Amino acid sequence: MKFGVVTFPGSNGDYDAFKAVAERLGEEAVYLWHKDHDLQGVDVVILPGGFSYGDYLRAGAIARFSPIMQEVAAHAKAGRPVVGFCNGFQIACEAGLLPGALLRNDSLQFVCAQVPVRVEAANRFTAGYEVGQVLTLPIAHGDGRYTADEATLDRLEGEGQVAFRYVSAAGEVDAAWNPNGSARAIAGVTNAAGNVLGMMPHPERAVEALVSSGDGLPLFESLLARVGA
Amino acid sequence: MSRFRVTVQITPRRGILDPQGKAVAGALHALGFPAVHDVHVGRHIVLELDAADQASAERDARAMCERLLANPVTEDFAIAGVTAGAAT
Repeated sequence: MKFGVVTFPGSNGDYDAFKAVAERLGEEAVYLWHKDHDLQGVDVVILPGGFSYGDYLRAGAIARFSPIMQEVAAHAKAGRPVVGFCNGFQIACEAGLLPGALLRNDSLQFVCAQVPVRVEAANRFTAGYEVGQVLTLPIAHGDGRYTADEATLDRLEGEGQVAFRYVSAAGEVDAAWNPNGSARAIAGVTNAAGNVLGMMPHPERAVEALVSSGDGLPLFESLLARVGA
Repeated sequence: MSRFRVTVQITPRRGILDPQGKAVAGALHALGFPAVHDVHVGRHIVLELDAADQASAERDARAMCERLLANPVTEDFAIAGVTAGAAT
């Protein structure tokens, strides 16, 4: 299976994602340059974390107009998997691949921490987890407050599109465990078709027990399990 | 074509938590301005552009707001002014 990691000017999680795929998952990974119009035949597109275009105007607002985003949108529209981590989630929302928006953290502080995140839905990205399982994943963002109107939030909940939620280590939802003020403590969502995932936590930075929890690796393995399915 | 200067105001949509505005309001209270009830922090964007006339300059700016300058999910925008001629 071939994974493509898009490098925008200001991306800083592209190398982490590349390494997670190439070294921990043992699958083929290629970098996709933001100015190209070629996805190089990849099966999965990863929009990595970072600060594309310096977060100018709004996080992800300018990256969404990068040339390669036309191909990424077509890839998503064809029902093929696209994953956005952190800035990649922001870009996917700005591009309309996912509903909602990510706003400044309610604390106004940049948050860098290992946080408990609960798996909320069984889908092609979470097949390697149990629903209700609490993972430990790193977050590192200033603009992570997931926001959408109430009708959209209700729809996301009803359709099982809330993929991850911030919780306590014991799995409880409470404002005290919500690191950025996200609506309904939402940490990650999928689109209606279920082939695009965006999440603020960084599973690609949690694939080695040495530097984090290792809890991110099953997300990548979940994508593999879908081959031929 | 002539040159126009269009100013655009972008503000967080009412009802959406604006922590920046809240922080500024708190600071103003601490500075001795208790009369301040609410603060909203947005963006003021100045565009210098060429258009056939004032109406089309405004129409172009509006299209720019819809496509890039404002996020339709969380922000409102208003064309604050359209004046002929470039800034000096």
